[in-house]
Amino acid sequence: MASLKELRERIATVKSTQKITKALQVVATAKLKRAQEAAVAAKPYASRMSAVIANLAASATDGSGPKLIAGTGGDKVHLLVIMTAERGLCGGFNSNIAKMARGEIRRLMAEGKEVKILTVGKKGRDALRRQFGAMIVEHIEMRGVKVGGDIAKTIADKITTRFENGEFDVATLISSKFENVLTQTPTLAQLIPAKAPEDAPVIDLEGASYIYEPSEEEILETLLPRYLSTVVLAALLETEAGFQGAQMTAMDNATRNAGDLISSLNLTYNRARQAQITTELIEIIAGAEAL
Amino acid sequence: MADTIHFSLVSPERELFSGQVKQVDAPGAEGEFGVLPQHAPFMTTLKPGVVRIHEESGVTPVFVRGGFADVTPAGLTILAEEAIRLADVDVAALEQEIEDARSDANDPGNEDRRAAAADRLAYLEALRAAL
Repeated sequence: MASLKELRERIATVKSTQKITKALQVVATAKLKRAQEAAVAAKPYASRMSAVIANLAASATDGSGPKLIAGTGGDKVHLLVIMTAERGLCGGFNSNIAKMARGEIRRLMAEGKEVKILTVGKKGRDALRRQFGAMIVEHIEMRGVKVGGDIAKTIADKITTRFENGEFDVATLISSKFENVLTQTPTLAQLIPAKAPEDAPVIDLEGASYIYEPSEEEILETLLPRYLSTVVLAALLETEAGFQGAQMTAMDNATRNAGDLISSLNLTYNRARQAQITTELIEIIAGAEAL
Repeated sequence: MADTIHFSLVSPERELFSGQVKQVDAPGAEGEFGVLPQHAPFMTTLKPGVVRIHEESGVTPVFVRGGFADVTPAGLTILAEEAIRLADVDVAALEQEIEDARSDANDPGNEDRRAAAADRLAYLEALRAAL
């Protein structure tokens, strides 16, 4: 049985831990609202963009279109862009993404493909470094970086440059989809060759064909890199919102756990104190009777 | 024949407009164009300029910085890189931003940042000219 002093110290420790988890929870709740709004506000643009791309991709299926849509023709080398949060203390959020990434890496390797990894966010790199360290070609640090168009463009440009240098054939993004505050699901999305999501609305042109100004090629050339950065931005925003949601839930649980622990420790402490008093009393009484 | 067309104007940050309109004028890369109901499918890049949304209640001018316009039988969509309603422009803040961008653009040092600032300055000046 722990001594009274040990118990007292233990209670103090748990209490200060609870203060930290509580503070983190409050911060996450406040940040979540903003992150969620940003993620929701960015959706119309992303979905319209997918619709436009779906439209264009449909007309470029003969393989003559730009490489970003048509691909290199091969699928030997895969680039996995793995997007996680920069920090932990958010339950299974990061590890779920890492788990999916590991599964995908193994699957591709079993098929005899070459895998390259680009990590965005520190936790993803930490999780994969030990097993697949040699495959990580680049890491993008998100610490202190404002999530927005600029960083999305930087990431998208890095991917495009690697593609143009012929470093890979297929790029896939693994990130977290923000379903709601409680649910974040890791998802896979193919970035290059650009493939519109299956749920993108198909536009019926009613028999007419598009007029392009300037030419179709020029439009595609400017549109595709922008599409890529839109997808990256949407993923970044959803990751941010998902992270805050996951952290809020995790810290809420941790705070509650700490509360439970404190009350059970308090109970033990009081019992021990009572037992000690009783023992002392018995000793005094026994001593008095012996006289 | 339908006398309105569905129009939506979105920027990466938010959706600025979505609804039925009578007509939209937009600054295409190869010249200004107007879109009325029953327009043929059409896609173009945009240059910085003013998009005018004609509604029953009047005309709303919105400044856009580049982007795409996509006309389909379902309606017109403008994907703008940046967009702001002219009515929402704060002139004093804009002047200040132009001043900041100008000093950044002339700041020796980081080449990338200078280019970005010059880009920003061009946009801000175009916006001021549109007011």
